[in-house]
Amino acid sequence: MHRKSHIALSMALAMLMAFMVHSRPAPAAPGLTPSTETTSEVTPETTSEVTPETTSKVTPGNRVSDEVMTRKAARTESGPFAENLLADESNRSEAASRTLIVGERGGFARIADALSAASDGDTIRMEAGTYREHELLVDRQVTILGIGRPVIDVEHKGEGIRITADKVHVEGLEIRNVPTSHSRDHAAIRFERASGGKVIDNILDDTFFGIYLARAHDMVISDNRLRAYHTRESVSANGIHLWNSNRALIADNEIIGHRDGIYLEYVQESSITGNHVEKNIRYGLHFMFSDDCVYRDNRFENNGAGVAVMYSRRVMMKHNLFVNNWGASSYGLLLKEITDSEIFENEFSGNTIGIRSEGSDRVKKHRNSFHRNGWAIRIMASSMDNLITENNFIDNAFDVSTNSRRHSRNNFEANYWDKYSGYDLNGDGFGDVPHRPVRLFSLIVERNPMALMLLRSIFVQILDLTERVMPTITPETLVDEKPLMRKVAI
Amino acid sequence: MILKILKYQLRDVFRSRWIIAYVLFFLVLTDVLFRFGGDGLRVATSMMNIILIVIPLASIILGAFYLYNAREYIELLLCHPVKRHQLFWGMFLGLALPLVAAFAGGVMLPYFYNAASAEAWKSALMLVFTGSMLTVIFVALAYYLALRFDDRIKGLGLALVICLFFTIIYDGLILFVIYMFSSYPLEKPVLVLSLLNPIDLGRILLLLQFDISALMGLTGAVFREFFGTPLGMGISVASLLAWLAVPITAGFRRFLVKDF
Amino acid sequence: MIRINALNKKYGTLQALSSVDVEIEPGRITAVLGPNGAGKTTLIKSILGLVKPDSGTITVDGIHVNGESRYREMIGYMPQLARYPENLTVTEIVDMIRDIRKSASKSEGRSASTRKDAPDSIKNTGQKGALAEKDAGRPQNNGQSASAPEPAHDDTPDFELWERFGLESEKDKPFRTLSGGNRQKVSAVLAFLFRPKVLFLDEPTTGLDPVSSSFLKDKILAERDRGTTIILTSHIMSEVQELAEQVVYLLDGKIYFERSVAGLLEETGQSTLERAIAVKLGRQPEVTAETGETP
Repeated sequence: MHRKSHIALSMALAMLMAFMVHSRPAPAAPGLTPSTETTSEVTPETTSEVTPETTSKVTPGNRVSDEVMTRKAARTESGPFAENLLADESNRSEAASRTLIVGERGGFARIADALSAASDGDTIRMEAGTYREHELLVDRQVTILGIGRPVIDVEHKGEGIRITADKVHVEGLEIRNVPTSHSRDHAAIRFERASGGKVIDNILDDTFFGIYLARAHDMVISDNRLRAYHTRESVSANGIHLWNSNRALIADNEIIGHRDGIYLEYVQESSITGNHVEKNIRYGLHFMFSDDCVYRDNRFENNGAGVAVMYSRRVMMKHNLFVNNWGASSYGLLLKEITDSEIFENEFSGNTIGIRSEGSDRVKKHRNSFHRNGWAIRIMASSMDNLITENNFIDNAFDVSTNSRRHSRNNFEANYWDKYSGYDLNGDGFGDVPHRPVRLFSLIVERNPMALMLLRSIFVQILDLTERVMPTITPETLVDEKPLMRKVAI
Repeated sequence: MILKILKYQLRDVFRSRWIIAYVLFFLVLTDVLFRFGGDGLRVATSMMNIILIVIPLASIILGAFYLYNAREYIELLLCHPVKRHQLFWGMFLGLALPLVAAFAGGVMLPYFYNAASAEAWKSALMLVFTGSMLTVIFVALAYYLALRFDDRIKGLGLALVICLFFTIIYDGLILFVIYMFSSYPLEKPVLVLSLLNPIDLGRILLLLQFDISALMGLTGAVFREFFGTPLGMGISVASLLAWLAVPITAGFRRFLVKDF
Repeated sequence: MIRINALNKKYGTLQALSSVDVEIEPGRITAVLGPNGAGKTTLIKSILGLVKPDSGTITVDGIHVNGESRYREMIGYMPQLARYPENLTVTEIVDMIRDIRKSASKSEGRSASTRKDAPDSIKNTGQKGALAEKDAGRPQNNGQSASAPEPAHDDTPDFELWERFGLESEKDKPFRTLSGGNRQKVSAVLAFLFRPKVLFLDEPTTGLDPVSSSFLKDKILAERDRGTTIILTSHIMSEVQELAEQVVYLLDGKIYFERSVAGLLEETGQSTLERAIAVKLGRQPEVTAETGETP
């Protein structure tokens, strides 16, 4: 109840703020029509500010890029990314690129005109203002730079920007009001068969899809803020959507209110780092058939479910935060048909289920922290040969539950369990008595979910105690033979 | 007049050793939990179990003992120009208030000097609310029993049985029902069953506060949908109040016509 | 003063009182006697309003006791076993009772002081002269107030017993630390404190040392002389003989007999009340007047 109202409140607030930001006066109707075949000219009074000569690099644009670079370098440790930017910058200057200005005070009044005027290697500089345009097609290799956060208002008329050329760089824009559609996948920014592009520091507000990559490889998507306001899964779409796109870097984005925050399907060798993914209706991050990916340092908070990793191999999950993912069938992390992966030093806190594991084999879960979850780990009998070691289990209603009394083929070893009541006489740091993390009550709940209402009742505590003293029903092999006496310092 | 009686009752009770022990029990426990567990939210969660066991038991036993011991005193006061209804409220509040104060004070003090966060305070206050309700309910039950049965062995025995029933046996029965009728839709019956036991009700209200994530499984959703809405909150609070009103009214009526 | 009419009380199947009719006259000491379980306590508690009778009426000074608390302003009660809140000091207990009385009379508009006594009948005026001699040293009564004295209404509390018992030294002790005797003394002080018109004394001297006991008896007689109606129960027949003028004897919930002490002695030809009652009950036919010496 509280949470709902909280969400509603913060959404209302965000909308209000968005409204205030957007309600700046729109630029005057285009007064002067620039010649379409050459670079735009600048109105006299602004000469001191910008000289859009074809030969020189534009200082303000450069300044923005510099800013982005330094910020990037400071915030993420992804060195190659910053270098990319630099290399790109130098490439452009070598190609003797031009700068096209779009804005009310001079140059092109419409982005579309500038786009069709541009040629490979050009920079389109957009001045602050609101541009009511849609279906902008970028079919040549340009850099689109927003100065002072220009707004492209799609006005619910269709797609925002569609990019079909390689190495297109989009930065500093705000795109809003991309309509929901049942037949077409409208996106604010779409890359189609266009590789090597960059999408940096944009704001996407109230969009259907945010950034959509299809067969676009080697992409960088960073520092964007994506916001949608959908409430139902059927009318919402994904924030950052990748299909058949390999080697992407998705870093430091903030994605709120979409269906899936980040969706990957048939994506290989990509890296998802430092994103903040919150309040998305279905999953924060959704993996399908995507092998050899890494995601780390992300925060998944309050999504329908945190992360669903399905049908993938060799996934590395590291240093992520899975927080408060609640729901009737919600979990921090769903592993479905995942093999040979690693879950390392993540924190699961306040989720209905921390990790739910189905049909997943040879996944090593180590040095994770499970704190205040309903179920820390639900490991189905279909999962085998998983190693669960050196994790902290603290204040969870249930540490481990499983759907089978039959023997488990997963290895729990040397974890810290706050419910462990044994002792360590020889002082080797391991408890002398094995710990059985599956409570009798969790089996009861597994068979009769209604019994959950008896959680923490004295009757149930007595049942559990009896079972602990004389184990008869709980799985015999699901045992931590040497539980840790102290928390693992992570 | 009620205030007069109450004034001396409170003076008496607050000087008694058991109330001091009662305060210290909660104080030390909360303090120790703060020392070991850290944040206030966690302390509240741990306190929940203790409160659900200790408060009903302590309240009903202390309540019955207290009233049995005050028998002669009540007779004495009734020979003065005191109306029975005045005396009843004086005696009832004279025990219920100190017990609530002792428990609430004992639990909350460590929150003060540990400078707990707002969220921790919220949970602590929820804890104190539930504990206070349970205290008053079980004191009321105790008073009814002590007034109904002149034989104190019988009264105290029954108090223990009732307490045991509500803390343990009732939940066993619920589990039994759940197992027996597992093929039927049980949400509503189980909801109703939980409303009929003040301890279960208190526990679920606290659970919704603390262990929301756990309750948010499919079953949890049912409970949350019910108890989370204003209507459900209203019904559960109304049910607690009914639990309070019934024994008090019964005890009160008994007190008015009782032969001392 | 106190009229009891066709009083019935049943506890379950046990008939505690059946058709009891008694009239207790003002300004005298009446002893309610009888074996254990005869209904003495039930009778007294009925008058005090602690026990609700099944049928019958009780009036005290013309006021029906049923559900009424006002009449208790004129009542003092000294129970057999007094228990006050354990952790209050003696002073606090006295203060508390005074507080309660005060706020009760405030809320009732101080009706007691304006009420007129209605003495119904004055009989048996002759017997107490001899007993009253003991009170010679007491200035406020001269033992001659035989004719239906109106108790002087005096709002100042009566602390005479307090002083006589020397409770001053005990006043700051919590009640729970008091000895049985001292508890009884506190209880006696409280019974006399408000100069009641009707005084119920249930085994008043139990647990008291001889000195205190005789202080108390003096006080009882003095109160009687002031015109207070006193109802007494005791197992000590010599005490009853010493204090009481009238005996109400209960047996199996019925009034077995009701007589003056003097009349009883005279009728049975015994010199002690104990013997007289035994003879009256006919339980000891072999006891004769000659052997019936005071033990």
